[in-house]
Amino acid sequence: MMDAIILQILNGLDKGSAYALIALGLTLIFGTLGVVNFAHGALFMIGAFCAVTLSRIITISHEVVDETRTDFLGNPLKVDVPYVHDWLGKETGDVIIDWAVPLAILFAIPIMILIGVIMERGLIKHFYNRPHADQILVTFGLAIVLQEVIKYFYGANPIPTPAPDAFKGSFDFGAMLGMEANQIIYPYWRLVYFAFAALIIGAVFAFLQFTTFGMVVRAGMADRETVGLLGINIDKRFTIMFGIAAAVAGLAGVMYAPINSPNYHMGMDFLVLSFVVVVVGGMGSLPGAVLAGFLLGILESFASMKEIIDLIPGINQIIIYLVAILILLTRPRGLMGRKGVMED
Amino acid sequence: MSNSNLTRRGLLKTSAVAGAGVALPTIFTASSAAAYTNEPTGSTVTLGFNVPQTGPYADEGADELRAYELAVEHLNGGGDGGMMNTFSSKALQGNGILGKKVEYVTGDTQTKSDAARASAKSMIEKDGAIMITGGSSSGVAVAVQALCQEAGVIFMAGLTHSNDTTGKDKRANGFRHFFNSYMSGAALAPVLKANYGSERKAYHLTADYNWGYTTEEAVRSSTEAMGWETVAAVKTPLTQTDFSSYIAPVLQSGADTLVLNHYGGNMVNSLTNAVQFGLRDKQVNGKDFQIIVPLYSRLMARGAGANVKGIFGSTNWHWSLTDEGSKAFVKSFGEKYGFPPSQAAHTTYVQTLLYADACERAGSFQPCAVVEALEDFEFDGLGNGKTLYRGDDHQCFKDVLVVKGKENPTSEFDLLEIVEVTPAEQVTYAPDHPQFAGGALGSCNNGA
Amino acid sequence: MLGLNKKDTSLLILVAALALLAPFILNPFPSGSAMAQFNAGYPDLMQRFVIFGIFAIGFNILFGLTGYLSFGHAAFLGVGSYAAVWMFKLLSMNVVPAIILSVITAGLFALVIGYVSLRRSGIYFSILTLAFAQMTYALAYSVLTPITGGETGLQLALDDPRVLDGAASGDNIPVPGFFGMEMRGSSQLEISDWVFTFSTGYYFSAIIMLLSFYLSIRIFRSPFGMMLRAIKSNQQRLNYTGLNARPYTLAAFVISGMYAGLAGGLMAAMDPLAGAERMFWTASGEVVLMSILGGVGTLIGPVLGAGLIKYMENILSKINSDILHGWFAFLPDGLEDIIVSMIYPFIGKGWHLTLGLMFMLVVIFLPGGLVEAGQRISRLFGRKKSDDKSDKSTSTEPAE
Repeated sequence: MMDAIILQILNGLDKGSAYALIALGLTLIFGTLGVVNFAHGALFMIGAFCAVTLSRIITISHEVVDETRTDFLGNPLKVDVPYVHDWLGKETGDVIIDWAVPLAILFAIPIMILIGVIMERGLIKHFYNRPHADQILVTFGLAIVLQEVIKYFYGANPIPTPAPDAFKGSFDFGAMLGMEANQIIYPYWRLVYFAFAALIIGAVFAFLQFTTFGMVVRAGMADRETVGLLGINIDKRFTIMFGIAAAVAGLAGVMYAPINSPNYHMGMDFLVLSFVVVVVGGMGSLPGAVLAGFLLGILESFASMKEIIDLIPGINQIIIYLVAILILLTRPRGLMGRKGVMED
Repeated sequence: MSNSNLTRRGLLKTSAVAGAGVALPTIFTASSAAAYTNEPTGSTVTLGFNVPQTGPYADEGADELRAYELAVEHLNGGGDGGMMNTFSSKALQGNGILGKKVEYVTGDTQTKSDAARASAKSMIEKDGAIMITGGSSSGVAVAVQALCQEAGVIFMAGLTHSNDTTGKDKRANGFRHFFNSYMSGAALAPVLKANYGSERKAYHLTADYNWGYTTEEAVRSSTEAMGWETVAAVKTPLTQTDFSSYIAPVLQSGADTLVLNHYGGNMVNSLTNAVQFGLRDKQVNGKDFQIIVPLYSRLMARGAGANVKGIFGSTNWHWSLTDEGSKAFVKSFGEKYGFPPSQAAHTTYVQTLLYADACERAGSFQPCAVVEALEDFEFDGLGNGKTLYRGDDHQCFKDVLVVKGKENPTSEFDLLEIVEVTPAEQVTYAPDHPQFAGGALGSCNNGA
Repeated sequence: MLGLNKKDTSLLILVAALALLAPFILNPFPSGSAMAQFNAGYPDLMQRFVIFGIFAIGFNILFGLTGYLSFGHAAFLGVGSYAAVWMFKLLSMNVVPAIILSVITAGLFALVIGYVSLRRSGIYFSILTLAFAQMTYALAYSVLTPITGGETGLQLALDDPRVLDGAASGDNIPVPGFFGMEMRGSSQLEISDWVFTFSTGYYFSAIIMLLSFYLSIRIFRSPFGMMLRAIKSNQQRLNYTGLNARPYTLAAFVISGMYAGLAGGLMAAMDPLAGAERMFWTASGEVVLMSILGGVGTLIGPVLGAGLIKYMENILSKINSDILHGWFAFLPDGLEDIIVSMIYPFIGKGWHLTLGLMFMLVVIFLPGGLVEAGQRISRLFGRKKSDDKSDKSTSTEPAE
C-alpha cells in the first residue's frame, strides 16, 4: 500500500508540473495584464509542435533508391536519408536526431517569445479595458484558430516525438529505498520533466524577485496605475512579460512532447484544467498557482487508484471539478490569493 | 393605442390570405408516390459518405473517403477496376449501378453522434442519397444506423468494432463488414496461448465507453477460457491523455500481461506511457512482461512509433495479404494515392461494392430488395477469403488477421506484420450468443 | 397588442413571417443548379435553426441582460434531451409530455447549479459553470450509463413500456408525434425547378420558438428585465440601494436553463436520440458564439446568430474540393488551382477555422454582432435624411 501511495505521489508531482507551468503563465498574464487568456493552452500546444518541427527539420532527407529492397507495390524501395547524415556522418547525425527534443528548447524560446509578443501587441493590447467576458471570447476564438492552423499543417494524428535514448527506460526507486525490485519504478524522462519544471519555476521567481525588471512587474501587478503615475512605462514591460509567459508555456510543451505524442487537441485538453488550477490557487498569486498545480496533479493521481475508484465510481473523472467547486464556494480567493480579491 | 395600421380586420385579412397560401401545398403536393425514400428517377444515383473529417479520427476518415472515391470511380467504369475484377459475383458491369451513374456527397461526422446524424439527415433530405456509409466509431455507427432505419435508407457501416452494432443495436437496414470485439478475442486467444503460454495474469485497462466494455468482455472470456487469470480491469476515461497514474500500479499488482482495450489516441498514449514505464523490459513471475492491443489501427499505430514492436493485436485486413483481391486493391489504391490503404479504406471500399452488387442482383434500389439480396450472401475475392453476410444479424463472417508490430519497419506504412490468418469458422458465433443478446433486427424499412 | 408596444409587435410579426416562410426563403436556388449547394431548406436544418434559436434566446436572457457568462448551458440541453427520450420510452410517443418533462427537469437542474454557482460572479461564475458542465458530461458518459446510455446515447427500443400508448404495431419503432401528427412527416411543393419542403416538425418547433420569443420580449420589457439590466450595469450600486440581486439572477438563470431544456426536448422530439456530447463544454461555447455573433442583449440577435452558425456548420462543411473545382472551372487551369487551394483551408473540414476567425473578427470589431452591423448600415443610409433634424433629443440637459 505504501509503495502505491509513493508511486502516485511521484506521478502527481510529474503531472502537476505541466499544470503548474501552464498555470504560472496564466497567472502571470492575469496578474500583470488583467487579461484572461483562453489561448494559453494553444501556446502549450505550439511549444510541443516546436519540438515536432525541429525534429522534422533535422531529419529533412532526400530519397535514395535501394535496389535490394522493395516497397508495397513491388517497386524498388525508396529510402529516406537525412541530410545530416550526409553532412556530418551517420554517427553525429544520429546523435543530433536523437537529441532533437532538448535541442528544441533552444529553438522554442525565441519562437515562443516572438509569438507571445505578436499576440500581445496585435490582439491582447486592445482588450485591456474590455470586460473579462470579451477577453475570454476573443482568446477562445484565437485558440480555435491556432488549433486549426496546426491541424492543417500537421494533420489530426498524434506525432511521436521520442525522448533521447539516454533517458529512455525507468528508474527503480524501490531498489534505492531498499524494497523489492519493480515495486516503485518511474520513467527517467518524467523525472527530468519534473526537474526541468522546478528549474523554470525557480528561474521565473528569481527573475521577479531579484531583478529590477521583475520588481517593476511586481509593482505593476500590485497597482498598475501608480506605477504609471511614477513615470515608468509599464506597457513595454508587460509585453515582455507576456512573451515570457508564452515562453514558459511553450517550454512546458516542448519537454512534454515525449510524454504524450503532440496532437492538435492537446491545448484544449489542458486548458480547462489549468484554469481550474489557477482559480484554486488564487488568481493573481504565483506561488498559489504553482502549489495548486502540484496539489491537483497529486489529487488526480490518487483519484485514479483502483481502490478509490472502487469506493466511488467515476471519481477519477470529476475529482478536479469537485475540488474547484468546493474551493470556489468556501474560499473564493483561492489557496493563496490576496484577501478581498473577487469576494462578493 | 398607437396609430398603427395593425387593426384586427387587417390582421384577419392578411392571415387568411397567408393561411390559404400555406394550405396550397396540399393541393399541389406532387403525388409522387415514391415507392421508397429517394427513389432515383434520373440518370444518376447518389450515395452519401458520412466520415469524420474533423476530430481525432480525421485521418482515418480521410482514408475512408479516398477509398470511397476509388470505389465510385471503379463502379462507373474508370480506373483499372480494382476488386471488381476479383469479386466472385460478376453482376457489376462498370456502368454505374443498374445503368445509373454513381455520384456522391460527403459529410462530416466529427466523431459525434449529433453531428453525424445531422450530416446523414442532410444527405438524405437535401441531396437525395439512397445509401449512407462510413464512420470510424461505434457510437456514431449505432446512431446513424438507427437514423437510416427510421428514414428508410440502407446503412453500410464503416469502421465499427463494438459488438453492439450487430448485437444489441442491430437494425434491419444496417450491414457491417468489419469484424467485431468477439472475433478479435476469439482470434487472439490461440495465438496468445501459443506465444505466451496459458498461465498468465492479465491486467486490463479499458476505455470507459461502450466499445471498451465489449472488447474487454470478449478478450477476457476468450483468455480466461484458456487458463489466464484476470487480475484487474480498470476503466480509464475516454478523454484521458496521460495514463501514467493507471500504468503505475500495474507492476505492483503482480500481473505479467497488460491488455490495452484502447483505440486511436487512447491507444497511442497508453502504449507510449506503458513503454516509458519500462514495462516491456520487466520480468514478472519469471516471465517477460507483455502488452496486448486487441484492435490495431495502422494509421494510429504511426502515432505510437517504435512502441508497437512485438505487440500482438488484430485487424480486419492488412495490405500485405497475398490473395488476388487484396493485391488488386493495394495496386489500385497505391497507384492512385501513393501509399497503401488502411483497413478502414478496405472495409469501406468493399461495402460500397457489396451494396452496388446487391442492387444489381436485386434489380432495384428498394431497401427491402437490397436487404434480401445481401442476407446470407456468400462471396469471395474481396480480400478476406470466403465471406458470409449472415442474415440473422447482418454481420460478415470472414477470416480475421492476428498481427504483430514489426521489429524492423521499412517505412511508416510497414509497421505491422501478419502472424496468423484465423479462419472464419473459428470466429463465428451463434446469433443468440450472450455477448450479442438484447436487440432485435426488426424488419426492413422502405421509407416514404 | 398582446401587451407589446408597436416596435416589438412589428419585430414579432417579422420573426413570425420569417419563420413561417422559411421553406421559401431558405431554398432560393433551383435544385440541380450549381448553387443548390447553398440551399438550406431541408427539414433537419430548418428545425435546427429554430431549436438553437430557442436555446440562444434563453442564453441571451442570462448573458445579455445580466452579463453573467455561463459556460455550462449545454448541460441543461443534454438533461432536457435525456428527459424527453425517457418520456418517449416510458410514457408515450406524444411529444407533449416529453417537452413538459424536459423543461421541468432542466429547470430543477438549473436551480441546483445556479444556486451554487451564483454565489460568485464574473470569471469565477464562468469557471464554476464550466466545472459543473464537465462534471455532468463525465457522469453522463461513463458513470450514469444505465440512465444515459453512455457513449452510444439513449435510444428508443422496440420493447419500451410506453404506458400511455397502445401496443406497438409492426416491427418498426414508432416515431414521436403531436397527437398523431408525425414530427418527421413532410410535404413538398414543386414550382418548376424549385422544391420547397414543409415539415410538420419544423412548424411545430417554429410555433414554439415564436412563443418563446414573445415571452422573451415580455421579459425584456418588464420590470424584472429592468432589474436584470441594473445588475449588469453595476451590481455593487444595486446592493447599496438595499436590493438583493441574488433572487433575480437565480430566476434569470433558471429561466435560461428552462429554455435550454426546451430546446433539448425539441431536439429529442425531432430526432429521438440523446447523446452525451451535447453536454461537452464546447457546445456551451457554441451558444455563446451564437449570441455574440448575433448581438448580445438584443432581441433578434441570438436567433440570427443561431441561424448563421448552424447554416455555416451544415453548408460550409459540405463543400469539398470537387465542388470548388466545379465552381471555378471557367477559369484557366493554373488560376483555378491557385484559387481553389486558397479557399480550400477555409471550407470543408476546415470550417472550424472560418468560424474561429469570424468569431474573433466579430468580438474585436463588432461586439454588437449582426444587429450592430445592421444598425450601422441603416445609420449609414439613414444619416442623409436625419441630418437636418436637430439632435436636441439626445443631448442631456443638466437637471435643475
